[in-house]
Amino acid sequence: MSITLDAVLLHQIVEIKAISDSTLSLKLLEMGLTKGQKIKAVFKAPFGDPIAYELNGNLISMRKEEAQQIQVAIA
Amino acid sequence: MKIALLGNPNTGKSSVFNMLTGLRQQVGNFPGVTVEKKSGTLKTPNGKYELIDFPGTYSLVGHSLDEQIVQNVLSDPSNQDFPDAILYVADSANIERNLLFFSQLYDLGLPCILALNMWDRAKRKNLKIDIEKLQQTFPKAKILTSNARVSLGKSRIMEAIDQLDELAIENLNFNEYSIQFNALCQYENTEQKLTHLRQLGLVSALNKFSSTSRKIDSILVHPIYGYLIFAFLLLTIFQFIFSFASIPMDFIDAQFVRLSAWGASVLPEGLLSNLITQGLIPGIGGVLVFVPQIAILFLFISLLEESGYLSRVVFIMDRLMRPFGLNGKSVVPLLSSVACAIPGIMSARTITDRKERLTTIFVAPFMSCSARIPVYTLLINLVIEPTYIWGFLSLQGLVLFGLYTLGIVFALGTAYLMKIFIKRKNQGFHLMELPEYKKPSLENVLLNVIEKVKIFVLDAGKIIIAISILLWGLATFGPSSRENELLKLHRSESFQNASEQQRQESEKALMLSNSYIGHFGRWMEPAISPLGYDWKIGVALLCSFAAREVFVGSLATIYAVGDEDQNQKRLIEKLKVERNPEGRLIYNLATGLSLLIFYVFAMQCMATLAVVRRETKSWRWPLIQLFYMGVVAYLMSLLTYQLLS
Repeated sequence: MSITLDAVLLHQIVEIKAISDSTLSLKLLEMGLTKGQKIKAVFKAPFGDPIAYELNGNLISMRKEEAQQIQVAIA
Repeated sequence: MKIALLGNPNTGKSSVFNMLTGLRQQVGNFPGVTVEKKSGTLKTPNGKYELIDFPGTYSLVGHSLDEQIVQNVLSDPSNQDFPDAILYVADSANIERNLLFFSQLYDLGLPCILALNMWDRAKRKNLKIDIEKLQQTFPKAKILTSNARVSLGKSRIMEAIDQLDELAIENLNFNEYSIQFNALCQYENTEQKLTHLRQLGLVSALNKFSSTSRKIDSILVHPIYGYLIFAFLLLTIFQFIFSFASIPMDFIDAQFVRLSAWGASVLPEGLLSNLITQGLIPGIGGVLVFVPQIAILFLFISLLEESGYLSRVVFIMDRLMRPFGLNGKSVVPLLSSVACAIPGIMSARTITDRKERLTTIFVAPFMSCSARIPVYTLLINLVIEPTYIWGFLSLQGLVLFGLYTLGIVFALGTAYLMKIFIKRKNQGFHLMELPEYKKPSLENVLLNVIEKVKIFVLDAGKIIIAISILLWGLATFGPSSRENELLKLHRSESFQNASEQQRQESEKALMLSNSYIGHFGRWMEPAISPLGYDWKIGVALLCSFAAREVFVGSLATIYAVGDEDQNQKRLIEKLKVERNPEGRLIYNLATGLSLLIFYVFAMQCMATLAVVRRETKSWRWPLIQLFYMGVVAYLMSLLTYQLLS
């Protein structure tokens, strides 16, 4: 089952499947986010947006609309 | 020899820059763009180098304007800032991702030094980096470790720099270089690089986000405590800029008044002496008086930024500011503007998105600053009855509160309009790292404060002094008809009978109201009378362009009540009975409120204009701002007066 990154539950580890926006995907790649990578949502800002994700020991804040571009699967 | 300092954000790059250059830093511009260029000189045993501190980026490809400067400079070997060598700063605890950008630079063929910075942090996290393997992967690079926050590794870096090959760039084939550059920017290439770097197995263990930082975050981004703590921090900062800054500010002010008085006593009487004691010295004083506020605000902002907290502020405020086309980072500049728009506007630099930064700068002067307080107090005392609603709510306090609210509403409203009308050039991303918390380095904080003060005094200061001398000239000189008026005054019976002090005051009033500014005020009376103002108010409005609080002093001069500080009461009494030629009271409720509204909105501050020019690098924005705020002020005051009178 494929969902987008903004919809995952907190602390659930997921795997990145695809990124629909091509400029965003390059930017994410530079920050260490590639397909097949494990990522998890750690906390949300009040009102649920933006969301902080942990990957490779880094904490990255992403707006909901950006996280919506990323397809993930539950690992 | 030019050395570019490059690296990802949050790698301690600025610590390395500060460690190597110390106070030998300058701030300039990259030609053609408004991106700030920080450079400094580095002296090593064998030579002298120019070190250019580029904005922190994740790769060769620029997504925001700041990042594009890296791409622009590095893609073009004929660019005047094209480096002869690269000093790359990497976060040791995060080495694989940090090496991505480095390996791109390495593949360009430029001589590279790789500084594995924050070495202590990697050690604490039990991450062992296989430096030997790293050296094998990048055989031509000079690799060393450093910990710049505690000044470790300085000599190693200098030694590596001295060993750099100066001729490498001369052998560069421009054509091959740009083909290579473009290839490196491709997605597939970048992905391969990252995968390759990860397969090397350079690090002994997986990097984990610090659990201490996680615990701190659970409080600082908490939906309730998070906001409470931020509000408390803001209040503390306010308290400092608002109240405590007034101590050094009053001191600076007093020193310049003394200097003027001393100058007047030793210099021979005449125009030149007047220019110095009444134009130049107060002009310089008018610049330096802002230094305490700027220094204090940037002291706090640097501390918050260095510690990693500022990115959490952005995180919790982002959603609230977004509807207005602003960014979580706009909060600090806007709220600091309640104390003074000048440091507020300067602090908008932390906003990386151009449009959001511009919007923040544009709307910041709508926030009621502390210079408006004397004007507000005088006018409220003048036209609002000191009564209480429901027995406890002071009507005067309520009006003051309303004025502040009005400023905030118009700031956000204008931001909203700008969001609709200004098209964004490139869609920016809001991906942002939330770095681990760390103890701020005092050196970095102090150097940042010094830099901000220097920028204000040297760049904006020039314009402020020029305008204040111009205003002085217009208020000092007048057409020759003024001499006749003065003679008339001297012959009048009331003057003959007056005391020495009264004589001086009425002379001063006559000189000002017959100066060029006075004539200009009379000339524009038809334009301002629909707002309920007479020419005397017009003159005070013009004079207060130097700074809003000058309004009170100018009124005091025109109404000949002498020094405004001791005589605020006398001034109020005089204004209360002032009537227009038709015999109606001038300072009635309608005029008073109209004036208050005018001061909420009008851009009555040359120092702010000078700073906006400095920060946006052109006169375009300050002039649009002056015009827009002037129109809003005029229309709102017109509305107020016409509704009430």
